[in-house]
Amino acid sequence: MSKENGNKSEDTQWPLWEVFTQPRDGKPHEHAGSLHAPDAEKALENARDVYTRRKEAVNIWVVPSDQIVASKGEDEGPFFDPADDKPYRHPQFYSVPRVSKRRS
Amino acid sequence: MSDQGEQKSFQERIDNGETIEPKDDMPDRYRKQLIRMMSQHAHSEVVGMLPEGNWITRAPSLRRKMILLSKVQDEAGHGLYLYSATETLGASRQEVIDQLLEGKAKYSSIFNYPTLSWADVAVIGWLVDGAAIINQTMLARSSYGPYSRAMVRICKEESFHKKQGYEMVAKMADGTPEQQEMIQDAVDRWWWPTLMMFGPHDEDSPNSAELIKWGVKSKTNDELRQSFVDRHIAEAHEVGLEIPDDELEYNEETGHWEFGEIDWDEFWNVVKGNGPMNKERIKARREAHENGKWVREAAEEYARKQKLSKEKAS
Ligand SMILES: [Fe+2]
Ligand SMILES: [Fe+2]
Repeated sequence: MSKENGNKSEDTQWPLWEVFTQPRDGKPHEHAGSLHAPDAEKALENARDVYTRRKEAVNIWVVPSDQIVASKGEDEGPFFDPADDKPYRHPQFYSVPRVSKRRS
Repeated sequence: MSDQGEQKSFQERIDNGETIEPKDDMPDRYRKQLIRMMSQHAHSEVVGMLPEGNWITRAPSLRRKMILLSKVQDEAGHGLYLYSATETLGASRQEVIDQLLEGKAKYSSIFNYPTLSWADVAVIGWLVDGAAIINQTMLARSSYGPYSRAMVRICKEESFHKKQGYEMVAKMADGTPEQQEMIQDAVDRWWWPTLMMFGPHDEDSPNSAELIKWGVKSKTNDELRQSFVDRHIAEAHEVGLEIPDDELEYNEETGHWEFGEIDWDEFWNVVKGNGPMNKERIKARREAHENGKWVREAAEEYARKQKLSKEKAS
């Protein structure tokens, strides 16, 4: 790994991982931050020690950072364009008769 | 021309209160300033473990030992959050850490003072972490997403740091005459260095205006220092401690405490590397890094072998 990084001092910082934590049962995982670890097992343990010292999570995902594919910031405009002109996908688009809950 | 156009739209984003994310366009100088500021912040967390770490083995009770261990571990965590956040700007962690070990990087000058008695642990939690909270609460609103998110996480933990310190301060201030003397002595030694943590006056702080323009900071050094002073004087008086400043005076009109001038010669001297503990701190970091080398290598070698045997098995 140190060769791959071209480290001159032959020191290793280990590969980079992204950490996602699930705060509570039933909630979605959320990005917590990143860390360095030699393998997946250590990445999980490090993630526990770095990001969940106060029961911030009931479950952790770790993913090698270079495996994450993200849309680019500059893409923000054009990339998300397809949703721009479709207001009919929202309930606010529709006007319907007001119906009272009381039975007449 | 086009460069100017880009700069302008970046400034517009900042002025709109938008958050800047790692892959967004940003001026080179914004990136550089953030790398400088965030890596210094990370180093401060890591070096900050040393003065208090000095007392872990000599904590007066098991309760205090557990608390101190936990706090020092948090500071290691803060360093890691911040090194990670710095990496999102394209800085290599190795380079950043090398700069610290080679003595080229700056970190908060407060950690270059020695911890002479157990009361220092109490006062560091109360004053130094108290000052950190004021600075970091502001940075939690910084324009750079990863920095601001790391700060939110850190601020939650800092309130425990300050509270355990102030609890101990209050206990000692209410204790035996010896304990009272110890705690007052610690306050006398730490008060002024803590005020220096906020940095030079606004007019002597060239980075400040730029960082405010970019929404990294939203308050000046002097403004932050003033809120620290107001809050901590009240807390000192609450437990009957004296602040070592003859010029302290409450201004009814402004609602703020006025205070004496900081010894800036001392400040610059410590920043330039001549504080009481500068050499000691870097030496300790270097030794820790050297002594951990075999662990880092062994873990990597183990990971390599595991991977190999998995590949063979499949
Ligand atoms: Fe911290
Ligand atoms: Fe702290």
